[in-house]
Amino acid sequence: MRVIRGETMKSLGSIRRSFAPWADPTSVPFIVFRNVTKRFGDFVAVDDLSLNIYPREFFALLGASGCGKSTLLRMLAGFEQPTSGEIILDGQSLAGIPPYRRPVNMMFQSYALFPHMTVEKNIAFGLKQDGMPKADIAARVEQMLKLVKLDKFAKRKPHQLSGGQRQRVALARSLAKRPKVLLLDEPLGALDKKLREETQFELMDLQQQLGLTFVVVTHDQEEAMTMADRIAVMAHGKVVQVATPAEIYEAPNSRFVADFIGDVNIFDGTVSSADNGRVQIETEAGFAVRVVSAEQPAPGAKAGFAVRPEKIRVSRDQPAGVPLNAAQGEIWDIGYLGDMTVFHVKLKSGKVVKASSLNAVRAVEDPIGYDQEVWISFDENAGVVLKD
Amino acid sequence: MVRWSRFNIASIVFGFAFLYLPIVLLVIFSFNESKLVTVWAGFSTKWYVQLFHNQALLDAAWVTVRVGLISATIATVLGTLAALAMTRYTRFRGRMLFSGMIYAPLVMPEVITGLSLLLLFVAIGFDRGFWTLTLAHITFTMCFVAVVVQSRLLSFDRSIEEAAMDLGATPVATFLQVTLPVIAPAVFSGWVLAFTLSLDDLVISNFTSGPGATTLPMRIYSQVRLGVTPEINAVCTILIGIVALGVLIASVVSRRRELQRVKDEQAAFAH
Repeated sequence: MRVIRGETMKSLGSIRRSFAPWADPTSVPFIVFRNVTKRFGDFVAVDDLSLNIYPREFFALLGASGCGKSTLLRMLAGFEQPTSGEIILDGQSLAGIPPYRRPVNMMFQSYALFPHMTVEKNIAFGLKQDGMPKADIAARVEQMLKLVKLDKFAKRKPHQLSGGQRQRVALARSLAKRPKVLLLDEPLGALDKKLREETQFELMDLQQQLGLTFVVVTHDQEEAMTMADRIAVMAHGKVVQVATPAEIYEAPNSRFVADFIGDVNIFDGTVSSADNGRVQIETEAGFAVRVVSAEQPAPGAKAGFAVRPEKIRVSRDQPAGVPLNAAQGEIWDIGYLGDMTVFHVKLKSGKVVKASSLNAVRAVEDPIGYDQEVWISFDENAGVVLKD
Repeated sequence: MVRWSRFNIASIVFGFAFLYLPIVLLVIFSFNESKLVTVWAGFSTKWYVQLFHNQALLDAAWVTVRVGLISATIATVLGTLAALAMTRYTRFRGRMLFSGMIYAPLVMPEVITGLSLLLLFVAIGFDRGFWTLTLAHITFTMCFVAVVVQSRLLSFDRSIEEAAMDLGATPVATFLQVTLPVIAPAVFSGWVLAFTLSLDDLVISNFTSGPGATTLPMRIYSQVRLGVTPEINAVCTILIGIVALGVLIASVVSRRRELQRVKDEQAAFAH
């Protein structure tokens, strides 16, 4: 249970497993970025970044392209050297260690399979470099092929494989040396949607099974949310927030994170009171919000209230509690997505609010339609207060 | 289907005649009984037999082949290294000058290349002969290799080299086990090109060779000045045969590889 300012907060999201070394002050981080900066000419790709990653963690670096996430991964692999700062792996500084002497392996976005070698030879490549005896190599290759279910394709060359099969060869090749850390650069980017979803779960199972530390770079928030134990949201070479997927989604620490992950409505306004773990904001959208909040901005301060569409109710009847946490408007747009319906409600102030509701039953009598007068409302713990 | 108009047929016939009639004539007259080149006196292979008793011509052929093999091999090594330097280190000082200087010999008149090399060899007191000839051939064929290999390297996926290093291969091991095998076809075509260019070079060879290092083209040229004999026709026919065979093998190999690739891809999608 997380405890926020004396208030016991309900658990955020569903808990995958009880694994949280980051919350335990006695646990020792496995990978440490200490004040790492990387400049390319005038461009600062990574800006004074510090980050801890723990053993057996599935860690995701999430951000738009150019945010520095790939540079960070490449510094860990040894393809780039930090301009300043230090990277420590398992207690050892990686400074000056070339890529071929680092106990990490990487799965490349393009897979980077050796086109002139068979699947078998691709997987054996790293083991051969280490001078492993031939018989051991053969055994390990067979084991890896079984792991990724490609035993029948050992003699094929990469161009004789489909995209999904190539992805698995790349994975097997990077796992063959049993690295301490596996780096994955957009591992599922080249797969189609169905295959991507399947493979996400396969990767998670594999990571559990092998007990390795995975660091994955992705721009796909769904991918990061599904797979990772923790996510670092990055922008302009800095980490904006590091937290579990549920915390990132339910308790974003900034407008950037709230906006970057999923859909969000942000109501800006002025704080009128803050007491007993609750904050009241007079919003510019013409109604007052009184919500549970860890942030306690001073009265008079500017603040925003961020709330996800699925936590906003749309009803024809006036909800209880008016005028707090509720406002009147009209249906502006309706998007039917099958599993849920998205309403765009235009408030009296002109602000358009997104609200979504699950389609739990097949048919509704008299559904809410276009141009109807409706109320939107939410609970006092439906969202977070963001300081400016 | 495209309809064949008379104009199309005429232009194709005329075009091919323009290209191949001289060669066909040469081949035909190499089997001429008569010593007179332009008068047909019946079929004979005697000029071919005589050819193999012409020691001067055979010596020249042997020099040509040795110069070709050595110069093409060294030019391929140097040209490949130059291409690697130009595609890999895109930011070094003087790169434009360097790449310009590599391409310049492509358009440099051969007379100038030959003359400048001659002056160099004279200036440093290098006796002209087999090795000056070979050095000169390395010089002018290297840039062709560099161009061929560079065009391959431009489409080369650098991430496979990073993957090799990531898997524990040192830079040297990476080059030998990954880079070189992947660009090998381009390096090989570079070599073939260099060998062919060396084989039929006349101008630069004339400037840079010395006693005892006469190449086949030089020998043919000097004999022709004394009058064209059917023997020369026979040599040329053999050369044409060798070149045609080389082209045929190269195209069959690449065609087969293409067919295999298509078949492989179909197999991949079937699974």
